[in-house]
Amino acid sequence: MTPELLSSQLSLIAPEMILSLGAMALLMLGVFVKEDLAGRLIEWLSLAVILLAGIATLVLTGEGGTAFNGAFVLGPLSIFAKVAVLAAAGITLLLAGPYLHKEGLMKPEYPILALLAVTGMMIMISANDLITMYMGVELQSLALYVLAAFNRDSLRASEAGLKYFVLGALSSGLLLYGASLVYGFAGATGFTEIAIAASGETNIGLTVGLVFVISGLAFKISAAPFHMWTPDVYEGAPTPVTAFFATAPKMAAIVLLARVLTEPFAAMHDQWVDVVWIISVLSMGVGAFGALTQQNIKRLMAYSSIGNMGYALIAIAAASETGLWALLVFMTLYMLGVIGAFGVILSMRTREGMVEQIEDLAGLAQRNPGLGWTMTALMFSIGGLPFLVGFFGKFFLLYVAVDSGLIYLSVLAVLFSVVSAAYYLRVVKVMWFDNSDVEFVSAPASVFWVTRVAGLATVVALLPLGWLLHRALTVGLPA
Amino acid sequence: MIGDNPILSLITFLPTVAAVLILAIRYMGRNEDEAKFASNARYGALFATVVTFIISVLMALEFDASNPDFQFVEEVTWLAQIGLGYRLGVDGLSVLLIVLTTFLMPLAILASGAIKTRVAEYMAAFLMLETLMIGVFASLDLVLFYIFFEGGLIPMFIIIGVWGGQNRVYAAFKFFLYTLFGSVLMLVAMIFMFLQAGTTDITVLLEYDFPQTAVNLWLWDIPGGIQSLLWLAFFASFAVKMPMWPVHTWLPDAHVQAPTAGSVILAGVLLKMGGYGFLRFSIPMFPEASVIFAPLVFTLSIIAIVVTSLIAFRQEDIKKLIAYSSVAHMGFVTMGLFALTPLGVQGAIFQMISHGLISGALFLCVGVIYDRMHTREIAFYGGLVNRMPVFAAIFGFFAMANVGLPGTSGFIGEIMTMVGTFQVAPHVAAGAALGVIFSAAYMLTLYRKVVLGEMTNPKLETISDVTWREGAILGILVFFTLYFGFFSTPITDMTAAYTDNLLSSFDVAPATSAH
Repeated sequence: MTPELLSSQLSLIAPEMILSLGAMALLMLGVFVKEDLAGRLIEWLSLAVILLAGIATLVLTGEGGTAFNGAFVLGPLSIFAKVAVLAAAGITLLLAGPYLHKEGLMKPEYPILALLAVTGMMIMISANDLITMYMGVELQSLALYVLAAFNRDSLRASEAGLKYFVLGALSSGLLLYGASLVYGFAGATGFTEIAIAASGETNIGLTVGLVFVISGLAFKISAAPFHMWTPDVYEGAPTPVTAFFATAPKMAAIVLLARVLTEPFAAMHDQWVDVVWIISVLSMGVGAFGALTQQNIKRLMAYSSIGNMGYALIAIAAASETGLWALLVFMTLYMLGVIGAFGVILSMRTREGMVEQIEDLAGLAQRNPGLGWTMTALMFSIGGLPFLVGFFGKFFLLYVAVDSGLIYLSVLAVLFSVVSAAYYLRVVKVMWFDNSDVEFVSAPASVFWVTRVAGLATVVALLPLGWLLHRALTVGLPA
Repeated sequence: MIGDNPILSLITFLPTVAAVLILAIRYMGRNEDEAKFASNARYGALFATVVTFIISVLMALEFDASNPDFQFVEEVTWLAQIGLGYRLGVDGLSVLLIVLTTFLMPLAILASGAIKTRVAEYMAAFLMLETLMIGVFASLDLVLFYIFFEGGLIPMFIIIGVWGGQNRVYAAFKFFLYTLFGSVLMLVAMIFMFLQAGTTDITVLLEYDFPQTAVNLWLWDIPGGIQSLLWLAFFASFAVKMPMWPVHTWLPDAHVQAPTAGSVILAGVLLKMGGYGFLRFSIPMFPEASVIFAPLVFTLSIIAIVVTSLIAFRQEDIKKLIAYSSVAHMGFVTMGLFALTPLGVQGAIFQMISHGLISGALFLCVGVIYDRMHTREIAFYGGLVNRMPVFAAIFGFFAMANVGLPGTSGFIGEIMTMVGTFQVAPHVAAGAALGVIFSAAYMLTLYRKVVLGEMTNPKLETISDVTWREGAILGILVFFTLYFGFFSTPITDMTAAYTDNLLSSFDVAPATSAH
């Protein structure tokens, strides 16, 4: 390998290098700096690392390409997804700071674990080989297991971490078993080679392996019937961790799933499309009906995310290039809504401490109009109701679905969206129609601004969205 | 005078700007005197809606009624590659409905004197609703239409839920979920049309010939094929919105629980969106399917006219009675529309405008006595004429107009739709005539029980007659109800060219010979 070739390949993985080296450097720093200072310092330095990685993704990687004998790939799709993941991770870290400080959890390990998880996600997005894929998934998952149980003195957080770990390990096992079957029948681990093997005549071993791979990844995006862990982990984990769970890892995993299905297994579309169809309908159903009776707002968000992953799977089932950009648009708008909503949940602090029942939002529109209007806009946006931007996410999903002839799936999707509108409306109802005397203490500046900006964006982001879609359509999205 | 200025965008978004200003002023002085902000919000909203009304009248005056094309067209490309855009424009039909909307809004704001809590939010919700309602009538783009159409649910949900009556939460949820359920299938159909025609531009879609490719659904060949399925998807939405029997059950709940101004807007404008949808989409875009399904619409219309009239007869709540009467009157609209004759269509449009005035006025009348006694129970009242002579006269006038007394606009609408239907389906018109008799029965009974007779309830002793403000609002409506009852041409001239154009694809005589 010539030095020129090496440097061109290294520039492709520059963001991952920045993240992992940064995480390790900060780990060392955390050991040497006094504990009361370390948390804050390392939080800000981690944000700087994420920002650097974001810049590197946009600047250094150029037009993209493949590296390391095709094990790593980068193109417009992965660049978009990586920037979105980094942005989500950065913003949720920003949200986490004041909360962790207040709860006495501000340890240097928190931002470092988040950095490592992000590194894993970046590798997942760029994986072009079964081994790279597995490495990325595991790096991400291990860091997230620890984050879920980060509040180790809390019984619920430890339970959440343990549940997540046991079920996560099972799903990793499924994924690995599937990958080994695929390797056994295709004779290679690279996506390009698998694509050649899959385009041959139907191979039962490959199909079984693919189903295991889908199951493993469906667990990571919390799609039904692999969703059991989600409500418990969302509820038990510290709120900023939940905010992180609900955004960046979902984006990474769904992009990985989309790429696995549409690249190496594109030729087996007929085999996997029914699987994706069923998972999608189940998730939409579980999400819609499960959330109806929830009392805890974090559990509600968990079911909401299960349902929304069901919608995202529609775009994968459509399996077209427009399907991929519809997926990205949907996920970006979804993350925008979720980050804002978790900002609101983090603002739910009374004098006695954090509250997280939906009833605690009672009368919010009157007590704190800014927060009330923001949450109203966010709920309608996540629910995909017009005129908020969330509607366009769902609109483009339906567009690609109908385009690919998935009429029944789109009809089911809109019917489930009516059911799910009921629970978003319930949150709005509690905020607007009910009354309460309990005041929330004022939110920290970062939470305040993130929430307001996200809320405003759901109302006015149509123009930048148009520009973004315009670009996505002109550039096209290979890889 | 108007020239190339984006007048439609101005009319559409002016209320939203006012809403944002009202809220901003309210929240900036959060801890100050509540009453000051309440009156600021009232006058601000009134000013904004009056200005919007004046501009919309200017637009209507400048509108060339002899030209069936869309006018004041605005177009901004949003996503050129797949053909999405921001497109506005009006024809004879939408001008009328926009003016109806902007006309009813100031009256609704004026009639909100009883609202004492969270006035700024109330006014802001109404102003946002106005934007969304005007947007529905002005948009020339499928997706834009859908956004305005569905978006209107959000402010109405808040209006019913926050300022409504006893059972407001139930009514708000029922209203929202029922209408959303109706509309989502339309969204899928819209996307299908979008992919077929490659654009969401309504002017292009109106010319587009949607195929009747055979569809076999569970061993059953659907007549009309794809076009029929699209028609049904749109029908699901507009029938709920209209509302047609048997999907009308959300309306009585929503009407009863909504505050007075909410009921006025609901009956006056929101119900018209269903009729507008039939005229803008179902009939011109799916002509073959419309002919196929006309008997279905006739049947449902007749059932609506007869059955809901009978149901109205048994009501114990004044607002509920008027709500059921609205369903019956909307039956005339759907019947006239699907007669597909010039008289029928023009009569249906006339009936929509006329019903907007009359039912709005009736809800305002109920509001007058509700504000005084805080009950809508028919049995509570009686003999109001002894204490409220002016009110008795006005209420009597609108009760007659609702029945369709000659000389009021209600008569013109009913007679035009019935004659128009008689030309193609005499037995349907005969059934509708039965409804006219029933409506006289329940309205007169209501009038007798509430207004006439001896005043037996001692609680009514102190009730006072209409204030000058209530009198003025109702007086304006009396004037227009009478005016259109004698001079129908301002409306029929506006819609003649539109109707000719609409029916040109059907084999019928031109509308201009009709009146």
